[in-house]
Amino acid sequence: MSAVIDNHHADHAHGPAKGPMRWVLTTNHKDIGSMYLWFSFAMFLLGGTMAMVIRAELFQPGLQLVAPEFFNQMTTMHGLIMVFGAVMPAFVGLANWMIPMMIGAPDMALPRMNNFSFWLLPAAFGLLVSTLFMDGGGPNFGWTFYAPLSTTYAPPSVTFFIFAIHLAGISSIMGAINIVATIINLRAPGMTLMKMPLFVWTWLITAFLLIAVMPVLAGVVTMMLMDIHFGTSFFSAAGGGDPVMFQHIFWFFGHPEVYIMILPAFGAVSMIIPAFARKPLFGYTSMVYATAAIAFLSFVVWAHHMFTVGIPLTGELFFMYATLLIAVPTGVKVFNWVSTMFRGSLTFEAPMLFAIAFVILFTIGGFSGLMLAIAPADFQYHDTYFVVAHFHYVLVPGAIFGIFASAYYWLPKWTGFMYDEVLAKTHFWMSFVGMNLAFFPMHFIGLAGMPRRIPDYNMMFANFNMVSSVGAFMFGATQLLFLFIVIKCIRGGPKASAKPWDGAEGLEWTVPSPAPYHTFSTPPDVK
Amino acid sequence: MATHEEYYVPAQSKWPIVGSIGLLVTVFGAGTMMNNMTSGADSSLGQYVFFAGLLILIYMMFGWFSNVVSESHQGLYSAQMDRSFRMGMGWFIFSEVMFFAAFFGALFYVRTLAGPWLAGEGAKADTAMLWPEFEFVWPLLQNPDPQAYPGPTETISPWQLPLINTLLLITSSVTVTFAHHALRAGKRAALKGWLLLTVVLAVVFLTLQIAEYIHAYNDLGLTLASGIYGATFFMLTGFHGAHVLMGTIILTVMLIRVHKGHFTPDNHFGFEAASWYWHFVDVVWVGLFIFVYIF
Ligand code: HEM
Ligand SMILES: [Cu+2]
Repeated sequence: MSAVIDNHHADHAHGPAKGPMRWVLTTNHKDIGSMYLWFSFAMFLLGGTMAMVIRAELFQPGLQLVAPEFFNQMTTMHGLIMVFGAVMPAFVGLANWMIPMMIGAPDMALPRMNNFSFWLLPAAFGLLVSTLFMDGGGPNFGWTFYAPLSTTYAPPSVTFFIFAIHLAGISSIMGAINIVATIINLRAPGMTLMKMPLFVWTWLITAFLLIAVMPVLAGVVTMMLMDIHFGTSFFSAAGGGDPVMFQHIFWFFGHPEVYIMILPAFGAVSMIIPAFARKPLFGYTSMVYATAAIAFLSFVVWAHHMFTVGIPLTGELFFMYATLLIAVPTGVKVFNWVSTMFRGSLTFEAPMLFAIAFVILFTIGGFSGLMLAIAPADFQYHDTYFVVAHFHYVLVPGAIFGIFASAYYWLPKWTGFMYDEVLAKTHFWMSFVGMNLAFFPMHFIGLAGMPRRIPDYNMMFANFNMVSSVGAFMFGATQLLFLFIVIKCIRGGPKASAKPWDGAEGLEWTVPSPAPYHTFSTPPDVK
Repeated sequence: MATHEEYYVPAQSKWPIVGSIGLLVTVFGAGTMMNNMTSGADSSLGQYVFFAGLLILIYMMFGWFSNVVSESHQGLYSAQMDRSFRMGMGWFIFSEVMFFAAFFGALFYVRTLAGPWLAGEGAKADTAMLWPEFEFVWPLLQNPDPQAYPGPTETISPWQLPLINTLLLITSSVTVTFAHHALRAGKRAALKGWLLLTVVLAVVFLTLQIAEYIHAYNDLGLTLASGIYGATFFMLTGFHGAHVLMGTIILTVMLIRVHKGHFTPDNHFGFEAASWYWHFVDVVWVGLFIFVYIF
């Protein structure tokens, strides 16, 4: 792969426009990627603040700080903001920045629509957050917004919640369509499908999942809207509908959604581990097929969230076995990551630390997932803190660590400077210790029976909850350090070379650091 | 893929931000209207906001599409760009299919599982105890709680208006294809004729659909609020109708563009996208005709 930076064409030689309107009007994938990443980080801090409120209230048994009604709004908004505002946009931001550079494309396939996708997000989340200040308060029915809690018994602001979901959904669908079109249509000559970096592969599959399930989410919130305002009875048994139907449709979206949040992290980690192990990825082809298999299976496992709701025995069995099957391709991936590291010349810079923690801790989350997937056992675990422990293990050291690893890995390419390694390692260790302190005890209190989404609890859970809260505060505070590290890196530091990681592979390392405003205006030749 | 033509990356555009603001204003207005309606508060502010939003959206669409059309006329688009547009439209239609799938899924779930369970089938003791008298049949005329959800007296017979509508839409799919062939053969007069005919068929379809709705509401007691039959019936046919309306507008725009001399035998993606959308709307209708009206 040769370095080809071709900016001879007059209309493409221009740099960024001046002034703040640059960001509003831009069509540049790097600008838009940066905006996505900043937006995501802002949402991460906002959702994180809400988590701090939750953990502060749960520091001790009894009701201390907030009213139970407000507590419910905090858990709901925390979940919604983290899922739709922090994790998903972060990966879209990474996709925007990196996919065109990885496949040798001049930009995203549909650059204006790209900016539209982004600017819908502030609209969606502005609307969502404003519900907190409306009469009756914001959404308080949990991020899964089960009917009839979210219909018959919901505060009036639910209407705006529904429209916020619509806006975020439109944004996701357009973003995903753009990514598919870019990957399929804009690859440089020679960049065959099976030469694509894994981040590109996992995003291709993720984008497919998004286009398939976001409309279903739109459908289910539309049914809610109609039930609330126009007298339909989709989720009301009195009219022949069924509240359980809500859960089916929601989880038909919801389970693929959890893979939407993790597959791009799989891809990023599959690029970072080889770079710092200085060995090619073990089992590239099997990685691609495993990703596709996971995506396929994710459509047929949704009712594992509904084992206790009353579904027929055949349903319980089918969804149990189908879910357990996902462990196979997931196991393939973990095996490949470990084998890649095996006998490599490993170094432990921040991206690698986060990637290794990802492999270990995500696997713990996978194991608790297997426990939950066993239907008879889930009767005990369901709606307890064990579930909270499970999904935080897959989401925090999974999705979020994947994002941190990616950020450190590509920051030199984005800013042209090296980040401060000492601070970054501090960030890692504080996050690592903090999140384990926060979430590991939740397994125990969950197994002992503490229900989730509750502001008060039995005395017997006091100690573990206190540990959890301390860990959570530690994790939360550490993220301000991350903000500092990123700002510091943008403002200066040791100059980054075009390829600051010696083991790194890929087209993005053939362009200078920081990457010029336009890259690959004419496609490079990939051998 | 081995094209070395320039891929056109527009410099800057105001349309995305206009669109975002437009959508936000629209949904804020719509939400306010709905909340006022349900709570019984009479404030008309919501309406104004809603229509202001719609105006912004129309402005955005008009501006954005005009940009694209003029860029296309300036020859800025390569074959690769054309493929991007095709993929964009294709995947957009797939997302629409999934949107309808959610509503079809709800229909099938209620008809085959939830409904019979509610009437006591299977080992679901507690659901059957809710309304012991309830019997499940489809179409569901007698809801579990007829006080809260008075059911319809009758449903629409498929063999009258719906059958005519089916024939209309299928014919329109054929006529739009004829129009496409005429366009490719450079026969502009035939193109105009077939396209006009398609639009006329679409408008007739919409008119009949409105007549059907009026009949359902006034004579049959079949409404959105008449239980799950009415809910699925109106949401499925209603969203379909909204898509037909959208498709009709798009086809009308295409007709205007044809009269303005746009499109050449081998460069007419806008027209093709419109016809794809139209075929999609037709296919959904066939599904509706079979699963909502007949069975
Ligand atoms: C081996 C893979 C996995 C298995 C077998 C699995 C299984 C499960 C099961 C059975 C539940 C339902 C527990 C209950 O409510 O009683 C659950 C909940 C959940 N899982 Fe997983 N899971 C896996 C991976 C993931 C991944 C990768 C993510 C996200 C990145 C994830 C996110 C979640 C979330 C968010 C919930 C809770 C939803 C809620 O009720 O709010 N899971 N998982
Ligand atoms: Cu799941």
